[in-house]
Amino acid sequence: MQDVNAAPTTASMPARLLNRSIGKKLLMSLSGLVLLGYVVGHLIGNLQIFVGQNALNAYAVFLRSIGAWLWIIRAFLLGMLIIHVWFAVKLYFENRSARPIRYKRKVYQEATLSSRTMIWTGIGVFLFVVYHLLHFTFIVTNPQYSHLEDALGRHDVYSMVILGFQNYLISAVYLVSIAIVSYHLVHAAKSMFQTWGLNDTNFEKILRPATVIFAWLILLGYIAIPIAVLAGIVKLPEGVI
Amino acid sequence: MNLTLYVWRQKDAKDKGYMEKFDAKDISPDMSFLEMLDVVNEELESQGKDPIAFDSDCREGICGMCSLNINGVAHGPERATAACQLHMRHFKDGDTIYIEPWRARAFPVVKDLIVDRSAFDRIIEAGGYISVGTGGAPDANAIPISKDDAETAFDAAACIGCGACVAACKNASAMLFVAAKVSHLVNLPQGKVEAKRRVVNMVAQMDKEGFGNCTNYYECQAACPKEISVKFIAQMNREYLRSLRYKDK
Amino acid sequence: MALDSKVPSGPISEKWDKYKFDLRVVSPANKRKFHIIVVGTGLAGGSAAASFAELGYRVTAFCYQDSARRAHSIGAQGGINASKNYQNDNDSVYRLFYDTIKGGDFRSREANTYRLAQLSENIIDQCAAQGVPFAREYGGKLANRSFGGALVSRTFYARGATGQQLLLGCYQALSRQIAQGNVELHVRTEMLELVVVDGHAKGIVVRDMVTGEIRSYAADAVVLATGGYSNIFFLSTSAKGCNATAMHRAYKKGALLANPCFTQIHPTCIPVHGDYQSKLTLMSESLRNDGRIWVPKKKDEDRPPNEIPEDERDYYLERKYPSYGNLAPRDISSRSAKEVCDEGRGVGETGVGVYLDFSDAIERLGEDTIRSRYGNLFQMYEKITAENPYEVPMRIYPAPHYTMGGLWVDYNLMSNLPGLFVIGEANFSDHGANRLGASALMQGLADGYFVIPYTIGHYLAGTTPGKVRTDHEEFKKAEEDVKQRVHKLLSIDGNRTVDDFHRHLGRLMWEECGMARNEEGLKKALEEIPKMRQEFWENVKVVGENEELNQCLERAGRVADYLEFAEVMCIDALDRDESCGAHFREEHQTEEGEAVRDDENFAYVSAWEFTEIDKKPILHKEPLEFEEVKPATRSYK
Repeated sequence: MQDVNAAPTTASMPARLLNRSIGKKLLMSLSGLVLLGYVVGHLIGNLQIFVGQNALNAYAVFLRSIGAWLWIIRAFLLGMLIIHVWFAVKLYFENRSARPIRYKRKVYQEATLSSRTMIWTGIGVFLFVVYHLLHFTFIVTNPQYSHLEDALGRHDVYSMVILGFQNYLISAVYLVSIAIVSYHLVHAAKSMFQTWGLNDTNFEKILRPATVIFAWLILLGYIAIPIAVLAGIVKLPEGVI
Repeated sequence: MNLTLYVWRQKDAKDKGYMEKFDAKDISPDMSFLEMLDVVNEELESQGKDPIAFDSDCREGICGMCSLNINGVAHGPERATAACQLHMRHFKDGDTIYIEPWRARAFPVVKDLIVDRSAFDRIIEAGGYISVGTGGAPDANAIPISKDDAETAFDAAACIGCGACVAACKNASAMLFVAAKVSHLVNLPQGKVEAKRRVVNMVAQMDKEGFGNCTNYYECQAACPKEISVKFIAQMNREYLRSLRYKDK
Repeated sequence: MALDSKVPSGPISEKWDKYKFDLRVVSPANKRKFHIIVVGTGLAGGSAAASFAELGYRVTAFCYQDSARRAHSIGAQGGINASKNYQNDNDSVYRLFYDTIKGGDFRSREANTYRLAQLSENIIDQCAAQGVPFAREYGGKLANRSFGGALVSRTFYARGATGQQLLLGCYQALSRQIAQGNVELHVRTEMLELVVVDGHAKGIVVRDMVTGEIRSYAADAVVLATGGYSNIFFLSTSAKGCNATAMHRAYKKGALLANPCFTQIHPTCIPVHGDYQSKLTLMSESLRNDGRIWVPKKKDEDRPPNEIPEDERDYYLERKYPSYGNLAPRDISSRSAKEVCDEGRGVGETGVGVYLDFSDAIERLGEDTIRSRYGNLFQMYEKITAENPYEVPMRIYPAPHYTMGGLWVDYNLMSNLPGLFVIGEANFSDHGANRLGASALMQGLADGYFVIPYTIGHYLAGTTPGKVRTDHEEFKKAEEDVKQRVHKLLSIDGNRTVDDFHRHLGRLMWEECGMARNEEGLKKALEEIPKMRQEFWENVKVVGENEELNQCLERAGRVADYLEFAEVMCIDALDRDESCGAHFREEHQTEEGEAVRDDENFAYVSAWEFTEIDKKPILHKEPLEFEEVKPATRSYK
């Protein structure tokens, strides 16, 4: 008797993660979870803008003060982003080739728009991340911000954000992008539980609304900042042009 | 009633294929969808034309042979219904109906609306069984199985292997089919013994066949004539996680 | 030809055990040298193929579907009998045996039936071990229900899809053997000829239904598990593809056809609703546990059922058979339905139907209980008829369902052609003139798992493996015959479609050789059939070509065979000048319309030997001896 099953059962654990569909799913969801954690953390940090100039600028200094750790965290996040994007693209092309001839008529009954547009919202999120880094982290798109300093001689992140969002075009880009991020998260959060096998019996009933509420919270949290700036609720401190 | 049909015609696996238009006349609302096709075919045959080839056998929704994508939906507009149990009363006089085969790389078209689903058989061969030979089984009541477990196992085992899950999935993924078998067996004490080996091998075979990846659209459960739930996919994912380090000794 | 049933001597309860020991056994090292062909992958064929492979034989299996999992055993809804006596209701092997013999109206072979009852217990064990999700009680033990024709609860079930679950169990066992390289399975392949060399079955000729290629396969033994021939009636509960071709080809090569007139008409099917109808849908017999069958007392009643008062309804089964009531055996229930419809009391638009009413049960048990018992069946009924059976009584009518007749086999399940084994519905052996509910699954699996693996070894041990190859002239001849037949079908280019002929034949058979038969009708049919056959070969229109997937050609071949098969069915029905079980000759009935058997003249198996087309086959009789159960008039009153 030959053992036709010899090959698959001897596949190693990394191979089972990297080469098998469920493994790839797991990697997508794990990297996604880390990035989602970052989205939440970043929001909490950013919301300090409502506390005031001092709080936000002090937070920025604190982040820089952890030195090497900051770079380790950044590298880790970058790694996760690369994994997430790499598998997203790979899966997209694999899935497309799984149906070489399309239907002339195709009606979706249950798949949500959010789930069917993940690759496109994903690309949107990625472009936004790139722009966001160039805008506020590396200050490439608006170099005039780099010279801003507050009364204590710290880099004035607070004023930089306000100056940025006072520009209607930039605010519009952020509003749209944040909406895309949130829309991406609607399916992502729900999907994660399914992938880890936690979507059991009645959990689905709680899960669906919970993920939608979560996405709304992220959306509202982030858009609060540009809206507050445009509405004049958060103002520039005295002396900044 | 009278209908206009657009049907996929393809002479054999190599042919390119095209949509052909047919008129279906004097269709009774009490006919099943396949009986409507029978009527069209008998007319074609009497004109000496090649009838539309489609698969069907039991025509009572259990053998899983029928496989029509009707107006963009696998097995047509009725939920929990295989194409053979879909009746024409769900259509209106003058309707236009598009009929296409299952579309997936792993299900190549054999002719017209007939596809080759042997990939499913190979997935079962990879491990969709309990390894017991004939004879020597203990008394059937020797191992008690809770009613809940037996019912859950049945819910999964109800799969008829028609392939509608693959046909409906945006990615042509076979996860619901594979999950149904994995869950059927793992919910029974007899099936737990080789659970890890089974899920690892069946998933490997599924990937090898060229099905797409699951991205949790849940379109599969909407198309499933037996309403098999995606919670079984969750269960398979769980089983797969548990088996990541499994190795044959 | 003297028919030797090879039934061993000794007390009935010891026959099989003792016989097993007397059977020769092939040594493990030699099993690999023997090659077995199995045609059909239903419960019988699938279980046999898997079991052979486990033993170490080389197996080649064939099915016409696209997967072994789709064989029509899958359609069985109700359950499978076993004499486990789990319910402590005084069931036993002997009682199951007795019920089966009695249910079959004393026209089956005692020893086979006893063996079937014995093996029934092993089947449940085997299937539970394979992971068949049988219904369970809260305590984790197996649940049972009672079924038509039995007074004990011995039917094991898996919701309304017992056949499906059992078949998947055996398909999975088969898949495991395919993966291990012990079974080579050919799907979408149809057997079109049996090859007999020096009197022994040595192989088959098949047509690849995708490419049209005609191929030969040689083996040391051939097992036919090709199901029944109910589709001869055109409308039946069989799957569309079920056919009698393999059986008929074997018959034409010298295998005897036994009791072909024993065809079962199932009492609970959804009535016919139009000419375009392609098949009939069965509603599980288990419905009769809670549903009450009735028709209006008045002829040509036009009130809707709910408006007909209680005292104007005739619960005819309860009236005629007070002790069994709605659970009377299939043949009796079916015939009673026909009677009331013939009297003009049938219901529905066509007047061909009776009510199956759940309103009492719903009142007594509540809608939820009924839903949990029959939910899927009610749903199916509503899908097909667009009527809600929770509110309006179902309409049912009998339909051709199962064929007790089949190829003649001895106690080894081997036909008169050495090396040709026939199992499951395709043989004739266990159910006599009428099969009890939930016994078909039992027989298929008993044959495949527990009988033929032993008896085939006995035959093979006496032969030399690999003696004949496909280059033998008999194979060439058989291939040539197949090619010519196909060519002929394609070249007629007449005016009538294949289905038209089939429908025509079906109607004739239903009317003259269906639920009730009489001499005049059968003689008329025997005049009609040859004419129809002649017209078929002159005027049928088969489109397309052989070298492609050609469903028209597939059907044409099958109908051509039915047109010959129908004749021997009618000849048998005419010859059997008595009423027994499902074979009801109107000339032989009591004043109350009950069947009258003639044990003095007809206690035998009719085994027909093919001679020539258009010539009467030769009748061989296997006398039936009843050592255990003395034939008596069946009474279900």
